[in-house]
Amino acid sequence: MSDTASNPAAARDIAEALCAQVAEADRSGTPLRIAGGGTKAFYGRTVEGAAIDVTGHRGITHYDPVELVVSVRAGTPLSELEQALADAGQQLAFEPPHFGRAATVGGMVATGLSGPRRPWSGAVRDFVLGTRLITREGRQLRFGGEVMKNVAGYDVSRLVTGAQGTLGLITEVSLKVLPRPAASHSLRLQLPIESASTKLAKWGRQPVPLAGAAWHDGSLYLRLEGGGRSVDANRARLGGEAVDGAFWDQLRELELPFFSSDDPRPLWRLSVPQVTPALGLDGDWLYDWAGAQRWLRSDAPAATVREAAVRAGGHATCYTPGAAEPFTPLTPVLFKYHRQLRARLDPNGIFNPGRLYPDL
Amino acid sequence: MNILYDERLDGPLPKVDPELALSRLREALPGMTLLHRDEDRRPFECDGLSVYRVMPMLVALPETVDQVVTLMQTCHELGLPVVTRGAGTGLSGGALPLEQGVLLVMSRFDRILELDADARIARVQPGVRNLAISEAAAPHGLYFAPDPSSQIACSIGGNVAENAGGVHCLKYGLTVHNVMALEVVTIEGERITIGSEAFDAPGFDLLALFNGSEGMLGVITEVTVKLLPRPQSAKVIMASFDDLEKAGRAVGDIIAAGIVPGGLEMMDNLAIRAAEDFIHAGYPVDAEAILLCELDGVEADVADDCQRVREVLAQAGATQITLARDDAERARFWAGRKNAFPAVGRLSPDYYCMDGTIPRRELPRVLKGIAELSDESGLRVANVFHAGDGNLHPLILFDANRDGELALAERVGGRILELCVEVGGTITGEHGVGREKINQMCTQFEADEITLFHAVKAAFDPHTLLNPGKNIPTLARCAEYGAMHVHNNQLPHPELPRF
Repeated sequence: MSDTASNPAAARDIAEALCAQVAEADRSGTPLRIAGGGTKAFYGRTVEGAAIDVTGHRGITHYDPVELVVSVRAGTPLSELEQALADAGQQLAFEPPHFGRAATVGGMVATGLSGPRRPWSGAVRDFVLGTRLITREGRQLRFGGEVMKNVAGYDVSRLVTGAQGTLGLITEVSLKVLPRPAASHSLRLQLPIESASTKLAKWGRQPVPLAGAAWHDGSLYLRLEGGGRSVDANRARLGGEAVDGAFWDQLRELELPFFSSDDPRPLWRLSVPQVTPALGLDGDWLYDWAGAQRWLRSDAPAATVREAAVRAGGHATCYTPGAAEPFTPLTPVLFKYHRQLRARLDPNGIFNPGRLYPDL
Repeated sequence: MNILYDERLDGPLPKVDPELALSRLREALPGMTLLHRDEDRRPFECDGLSVYRVMPMLVALPETVDQVVTLMQTCHELGLPVVTRGAGTGLSGGALPLEQGVLLVMSRFDRILELDADARIARVQPGVRNLAISEAAAPHGLYFAPDPSSQIACSIGGNVAENAGGVHCLKYGLTVHNVMALEVVTIEGERITIGSEAFDAPGFDLLALFNGSEGMLGVITEVTVKLLPRPQSAKVIMASFDDLEKAGRAVGDIIAAGIVPGGLEMMDNLAIRAAEDFIHAGYPVDAEAILLCELDGVEADVADDCQRVREVLAQAGATQITLARDDAERARFWAGRKNAFPAVGRLSPDYYCMDGTIPRRELPRVLKGIAELSDESGLRVANVFHAGDGNLHPLILFDANRDGELALAERVGGRILELCVEVGGTITGEHGVGREKINQMCTQFEADEITLFHAVKAAFDPHTLLNPGKNIPTLARCAEYGAMHVHNNQLPHPELPRF
């Protein structure tokens, strides 16, 4: 058991100062723009407000590898957390994207974004066990905990995951961590999308140790993870051409040539049921999550892209920085309950107002 | 300690005239079964926590979502509280009725609407039994992972409402990890879809919020669950120990070896003997503790993991290590565990099942505390433990016919839960707060946290018509219960993370 931070020199608790700043903002009705490393600032609408900098609140507060749990302050660099876990042979199974070296744990939780392993491992929210949250009164509260099973009260910790800071300021999070797989192998098969989709659906019903499945331009990329013998056996069975595992890092970080900012067309992320047939939208496609997350480079009007995604039972997010409305609008009745939640938890609208939608 | 709704502490309930309620509901819903006679309502007066009984004013048994919508609209207009119930197997009194409210029973929503093997999802009505989903998925080589011990009887709507667990949670998660989408009817009678068949949905994660919300935010009318491929191979190793603490340490050693077992269960001597006597599972009755470790996955990996776990267990001082020879023996090993509650029930006229979760490292301390409480009170306690994820189920044995024993069992139970909180754990891992642990909520949470819970509730149900009195205590109750003030500033171990 280690109760010390991995980098004790950098560990710092500034919760009191953050609480004071929040309380003052609430009293004066001043909107706050919650700031971490800024790597995911593009992911959402622009917030007009005074910056509240969480990066000074950092350090791992508790890590016990045998318990499979780590607690870490929100301003801690994500890379620092991942290094501490790697040193103990463990990892964040949901593979969060960084989008830059300054990425923090708080930004990871607030945006709720997960990487290529998500369909098999689960998302950020699936690993969040507890949070500390500064509410509008400037009090730091605790929800959830450091235990795997906990159904006392509402699951506020998972509710604030992905809420982009609009329900309160996350100061600390407890996460379930898992051992790194003993073996991993990545490969590429030449397949058109139709047969790739058919095969993925078939493998999905079988005990194939998949931990990544992406398709682009006639190539299906697969990652196998597990024990050495099962990875070897499936590697032999699937064949194909071996690929460097760094492919998945580049995919997660949107650093493959497909994502190049030289391409002037907007970049869309469509989250749809995995088995959705090809959507008839003009542009270039890259599939991840075995087809459940589809990246699209297209000049098609936003409304057309959104309509196609919604018709398929999903939604579409515009990833091009500066998009006026990055997120798919909610149905009126769902929006009503979003507003009522905001009104109850943040009546003066100080936490990242407008980050997700106008008037929210 | 009176657990029944107490208006002085839990807030005033609306007084709707039962005759008016009956006539208005009959008028609005002529085709819906509405029970009002004593003998018809009697079977619904309790859920799985049967020591507490309340006769509901009316029992509604709708069959269509439209009826649920009209029912909610009418109750909303009348200001009539609604308690939703599924199969009624819950162990925390979450579906305990109200004399001044309607009991909405969802058991007639019992159809599997769609099972898509390629998409690995099933869309089901809330009254479908947990096990029925896995049975329907079996021909496709798929199953629904959460498997509470009551899985033959409990329904999926209740699983979602309680965020039910089971013996395979460490690896496969709780209900919240295995549900993709919900159809919900609000107290105002609106229909909303939460989540989707995609892996995420825009806006707040209301899906996570609704899992475990105990019928306080809306009525679930449809559930889309994720199905998983059946593991190619599953093996169970049973290890005996002459000392509980050694068994507890062995659990940590297995995890430390980088292995995440499909299931990892522990039973103490009293539970072992009870289960063996009842099921004849082949348990060693002289052992102080046994561990059941299930390893599942791809065949080759399972074989390797079995070897490593055997080594770890031997190193940890197991006195006997047995690998189930075949599926029949494996099923028998599990049957003993899954029937541990009724088995213990045979030892005593009554038992009270607790449900705390603790960090695993605190197991020796908590077991010692439980043993002391047992000695002090003179009540026997059997321990059944989801060891992999730290979820304890101490079973307190008592006789309700003996004066004061129920109250004594409740006190011992309350102390056990407080002990769980003291070591950084929680008062409920998978059974829910319901009415049973309403007072212990005051131990786990501070006033500001409870106030925030009420704010979340108010966003969906400002007049607190949905399951009033459950899950979240009023501050008045906490003040009366007192624990909050005692614990606020003088926790026995303030250095321990309490969240």
